[in-house]
Amino acid sequence: MDRPCHHCDEFSRASLLRRGAAEAGRGLPGIEPGMPSPAGTGLDRRTFVAGAFGLALSVYGLGKLGLFEDGIARAASGPAQPVLVSVFLPGGADSLSVLYPVLDPNYKKLRPKLALPASAGPQFSEDNRLHWHPSLTPFVTLHGEGKVSVLPAVGYTHPDQSHFTSRHFWEVGATDARLSTGWMGRYLDHAGTRDNPLQGLSLEYQLQPSLASAKVPVAAVAGPDDYGFYAPGVWGEVEERMLETLKPLGARRSDPFLNQAAKATAQSDRLRRQLAPFAAGNGNGFGSPVTYPQSDDSFPHRLAGLAAMLGAGLPLHCVALTGPGEYDTHADQPKALADGLDLTARSLFAFQRDLEARGLSDRVLTLVWSEFGRRGEENGSDGTDHGAAGTAFLIGSRVRGQMIGEFPGLNNLDKDGNLRPTSDFRALYCALVEQWLGGDAAAVIPGARSFGRPALLS
Amino acid sequence: MPPVYRGAFGKPQAERLLWRAGFGPRPGEAERLARLGLDGAVRSLTHPRRERLRGPKPHDGRGRRLAPYDAWGHDQLWWLDRMVRTSRPLAERMTLVWHDWFATSRDGVGSARLMLRQNKLFRRRGLSSFPVLLAEVTCDPAMLLWLSGTDNTRWSPNENYARELMELFTLGAGRGYTERDVRQQARALTGWHNDWSENLGPVRFRYDKERHDPGVKTIFGKRGHFDWRDSCHLCVHHRLHPSFFVTKLWSYFVPVPPKAGTKRALERLYVRSGYEVRPVVEAILRHPALYTGPRMVKPPAVYVAGLLRALKRGIDTDSWTWLMSLAGQQLFYPPNVGGWDDARWLDTATYRARWIMASYAIRPHVLKSDKGKLPNDAAKLLRRAEALLGEPTLTGHTHAELKRFAKRALSDAHSQWKKEQYPALIENALRQLLAVSPDLQTC
Repeated sequence: MDRPCHHCDEFSRASLLRRGAAEAGRGLPGIEPGMPSPAGTGLDRRTFVAGAFGLALSVYGLGKLGLFEDGIARAASGPAQPVLVSVFLPGGADSLSVLYPVLDPNYKKLRPKLALPASAGPQFSEDNRLHWHPSLTPFVTLHGEGKVSVLPAVGYTHPDQSHFTSRHFWEVGATDARLSTGWMGRYLDHAGTRDNPLQGLSLEYQLQPSLASAKVPVAAVAGPDDYGFYAPGVWGEVEERMLETLKPLGARRSDPFLNQAAKATAQSDRLRRQLAPFAAGNGNGFGSPVTYPQSDDSFPHRLAGLAAMLGAGLPLHCVALTGPGEYDTHADQPKALADGLDLTARSLFAFQRDLEARGLSDRVLTLVWSEFGRRGEENGSDGTDHGAAGTAFLIGSRVRGQMIGEFPGLNNLDKDGNLRPTSDFRALYCALVEQWLGGDAAAVIPGARSFGRPALLS
Repeated sequence: MPPVYRGAFGKPQAERLLWRAGFGPRPGEAERLARLGLDGAVRSLTHPRRERLRGPKPHDGRGRRLAPYDAWGHDQLWWLDRMVRTSRPLAERMTLVWHDWFATSRDGVGSARLMLRQNKLFRRRGLSSFPVLLAEVTCDPAMLLWLSGTDNTRWSPNENYARELMELFTLGAGRGYTERDVRQQARALTGWHNDWSENLGPVRFRYDKERHDPGVKTIFGKRGHFDWRDSCHLCVHHRLHPSFFVTKLWSYFVPVPPKAGTKRALERLYVRSGYEVRPVVEAILRHPALYTGPRMVKPPAVYVAGLLRALKRGIDTDSWTWLMSLAGQQLFYPPNVGGWDDARWLDTATYRARWIMASYAIRPHVLKSDKGKLPNDAAKLLRRAEALLGEPTLTGHTHAELKRFAKRALSDAHSQWKKEQYPALIENALRQLLAVSPDLQTC
């Protein structure tokens, strides 16, 4: 079968598959032979309302709903746990643009059209060969404050250049196509509880595969502010009366299915009351002490919601969401990349400042990653093809703020012309589990003993 | 024969029949159907006259004709329009049944053209012979792509369709077949092929003998040089197929399983008719369980199409596309090959989606508060709201609560301007509450 532009085709088909997988896990369309199923495929999903905390959750991985209300309440009243936030940049962000090696003699040879001039972005203080992409100035500020650690060439040996497979490796925390639980999901299986789905929170409509667990429940929620009930031509006292009527309409009925509908009415009404403080248009919804970027993309808004949830004391532990932008830049790379990085960096900057203002910044660490970097040499369409080692960032008030692994230079690319990794994502995960989450990496990352741990925290 | 309902057949019964076997009544339709009596009413649905589309022609939010092959979401709008305007509601409802039964998603097929081609197949064969339908589905291009039919070759058999053929389409999970049967069925089903075109994607679906495995297969203990037709035939004539078929078909019309006697009678009817769909559907629609049993939650597509039918409104906005998705039923995108889960239509997220759907549906009728011509009378206001929504039969509880709301809200109107303006606000609110009430979520 020939398909036009098989790279991009593969990517879009993989996203489609993933959507199906997150929803259902059965009868997925056959994609490329040999591609792994996303972690979490087949997990049962139930909807649950964490009433006392005002959230409608899709809860994954539990045969029946337990007493989550109590579990969440107990977790919330216990000691506050550290929070790990995973931000995925989909498509394979070009590491040679994120931190571009302007002083490397091969840079302009490999990138005759795409190379950025030295003047475009500020120099990277830890390695003067590198400059920051001009869209990343918010990171430069945070790096100057010691709140960003850069992994300039992170990956794994024998890199796989399928979006789908490489992303799967990162999600499951191993180069194993058959592993079906996510690395954070396995951590939670080991260290989490059976009654607090908020411990693993996917901040979108679907489960992020890195959170897929085998034993404990995890959850997905789009946002705490997206739950208004508006009726055209109804306002004021009448609107209040109308909404009050939902409660009696939701009263118990004898017909089982009428009662099912009544129950949905009553639960929705309860949730509506609980979320009222977060509701859009109801003053400063999230009570954010900082201004987040305005965008059609929901990323900054979701981060603002995340900070508000942490501020409200919700017992979150591992969080995952997808970053804004499209990084599979086979063509017309400059603008797409700049736009994506710009919104990502400004949003995460606002998030950091928000956490600082709320006094939460010591508790939160954010990992920004992509499934791979891109080819050293540019292609003929103002773009780049799939590569190997990529860039990752750790952001937070407690990070060490120093490079993890060095920039390997462009004179030693691998046989496919890709950047070689100088740090391994599995070593990074081991260190995150041990140093940040306080868990046992051996129980989470296969072959954990074989990876040297970088020091992450100051 | 299965038992037949012999109670009164009035408006409430006709209304339920129209919801279960279609998309709810247009104004006055339930009363007209009730006058035909049960037998006449069922017959009018199962033997309809030639289709006529009634009501305003569909267009998108900017007044342009629908482009179901090309514009995002217009495939859904196109089908929703058929549901709203059809004069053959059961045929359209059966199309939805088969879309769920042979659940194929555009996520795996890509092409709207092929999805709509499959949709036409479901509509054409909706009430006729199940073996014919099954055979046509087996070589339907969308299905061949969805369940890897054209990837299934003698050199590299793919079990995807073979497994679902038995598990989901004809026999039921783990009923009367083994893993070996799955593998052997996959071999029998080899031979389908298609080309890829730069512009059109998958094209030229055909049977190619070269790709077919001509060897001997053993399926359900029988040996032969089976091909795809044999594969379908063996499934339909499997001793456990009739019980699977009638139970599954029943579940689309009645929310609790049939009693053993009914089930046996339906199986006999199905086999004796030569595996015809229509007589079984007829028997289910005449069965007492449909009229005396519990209510059923309306699927989102049925809920929306029903609201629009009651309001005599056509498709005139693209919003239904995202609203259907929010409500959990994006047509042409079932969540997986098992179809939608009828037990999961209602939760806090999808309930709110239905609330928004209701507000979009009644929006063109919204009353301005400064008109001031409405009665200051709760009962009268409620009657007007019921009339707008096609006089649905309500439970006493819902009726009383809506009236109580209107009374209280009227009593808030102390000042003169409130006395003039509140009735319109209350009328708008009553329509909204009525449309989202548990009564209208179920049928």
